[in-house]
Amino acid sequence: MSVGEAEVRPVRPARPPAPRRRGRRRRWVLPAYTAVVIAYLFLPIAVMILFGFNDIRGRYNFNFQGFTLRWYRELLLEPELTESIVNSLVIAAVATVLATILGTMIGLALTGYRFRGRSSTNLAIFLPLATPEVVLGASLLSLFVTLGLPRGFLTILIAHVMFDISYVVVTIKARTQGFNREWEEAAKDLGATPWVTFWKVTFPLIMPGVMAAAALAFALSVDDYVITSFNAGHVSTFPLWVFGASRRGVPPQVNVMGTILFVAGVALALVNVALQRRRT
Amino acid sequence: MSAGRRRALAAYGLLVPGALYLALFYAWPTVQMFAISLQEGSLERGYALTWHWATYGQVLTKFDTQLLRSVTYGLIVTLVTLAVGYPLAYAIAFRGGRWKNALLFMVILPFFVSFLIRTLSWKFILADEGFLLGTMKSFGLLSEQFRLLATPVAVVSGMIYNFLPFMALPLYVALEKIDRSLIEAAEDLYANRALAFWKVTLPLSLPGVFAGSLLTFIPSVGDFINASLLGSVNTTMIGNVIQTEMLTNNDYPEGAALSFILMAAILVGVAVYAKVLGTEELTG
Repeated sequence: MSVGEAEVRPVRPARPPAPRRRGRRRRWVLPAYTAVVIAYLFLPIAVMILFGFNDIRGRYNFNFQGFTLRWYRELLLEPELTESIVNSLVIAAVATVLATILGTMIGLALTGYRFRGRSSTNLAIFLPLATPEVVLGASLLSLFVTLGLPRGFLTILIAHVMFDISYVVVTIKARTQGFNREWEEAAKDLGATPWVTFWKVTFPLIMPGVMAAAALAFALSVDDYVITSFNAGHVSTFPLWVFGASRRGVPPQVNVMGTILFVAGVALALVNVALQRRRT
Repeated sequence: MSAGRRRALAAYGLLVPGALYLALFYAWPTVQMFAISLQEGSLERGYALTWHWATYGQVLTKFDTQLLRSVTYGLIVTLVTLAVGYPLAYAIAFRGGRWKNALLFMVILPFFVSFLIRTLSWKFILADEGFLLGTMKSFGLLSEQFRLLATPVAVVSGMIYNFLPFMALPLYVALEKIDRSLIEAAEDLYANRALAFWKVTLPLSLPGVFAGSLLTFIPSVGDFINASLLGSVNTTMIGNVIQTEMLTNNDYPEGAALSFILMAAILVGVAVYAKVLGTEELTG
């Protein structure tokens, strides 16, 4: 919480102070409000981190009883939890690769070419994003039941690639809309084949967008509970395991795992920002 | 073959694999679910397509409470996140200065924590003897019986927390895009700040209001996680009903019919909302 305040304090309005006296006090209202909302957004994260250090005896406890590093040492001693995390990571990795390839191709087609059916494709890509997750899960289940396909690893993977694709397309489109087609034309004028043009010109240009899309797809896949719950059968993923455990009381290892994922994600994002700053 | 034809072919070549995938695993399942919603039968005897439209009527009367509750919760969540998110987005866009990106990063910080864990953290915060209620109770500020968990307040506040960034980000994007000289022009023409906001800033930020409302309303009407982790049987939403019908009761026709009713409710809501805000450029 103190982080939020520290970041907000230097914010000053761009305009010179208002001549009226009332304006002076009003100047602090928005920054103070921003600090409060950001503190609110950070509160559950702080609770998650804190309870990963909670020295509890029983399984179900909502009070902080003392500081311990035990759960960090015993992180992998809940075999089912470990297995579900491994499942989640494997599914997310495979789904990310597939969805990023398929989604990037669609994104390139939509931004680089004019063809019949372009606007209806744009609409079709938007539909899965506007469908509630429960409905996506239920309809996939309907299909798998009708086909008699047993639910498990494969069906989870199919579902994850499906909901990831639209997000990849949207990200790629946002990143490629501004880029200069003239580079590609120049490469072609200099005698490059379309294949060489793609790998030497287009791909390096869209690479940051592809990475961002892949990161988003991975994060969505690791985090998905609702759609997975419909199509998982007996396979457990990290969110499925946590949901099941929430009925009996969540072991502190879940908080530890959440904290590790949080720190890793934030660190990656910051490194990415630093790298991009250096490039420009 | 002409160059134009070749380019069109290349476009379709890029498009087909992904489009085929979505046709197979988005469009086909939706059609399949529609067919199932019109079937009759049971898990043991098997299902047969009998064009049994009556299922829609049955689920509407059977689960009217949950449907109404979902729409109500969705509206409350959308309104509150709009009220909370607008000043936040405004502050970052107009007063953020060089801290703009850092502040935006803080708004999306919750996304770096698993949705389930975030919601479970609220369970810790709102627990009867947890540090919020427990402390207030020990100071005698609340009665011993007072509780938040398992109440609608807990479910709605969980959703408000989880969906606030979805509202704040599109609002920020819309506010950030506004040409500052328009606001200055209004002030030069003797509009006071409030009037300038009302006549210039607010109308120009409406696309953000529209996008943010959709991104908040759709997941909250279809919410499943907040209602099951923070709620009770009295806060069951339509998402929970669909999941129970499909996974526990194996009553696929009812689950499928409810899914379509939910989709229809959302489509109608979105259409009405777009009409009320009064522009078609909103979506563009």
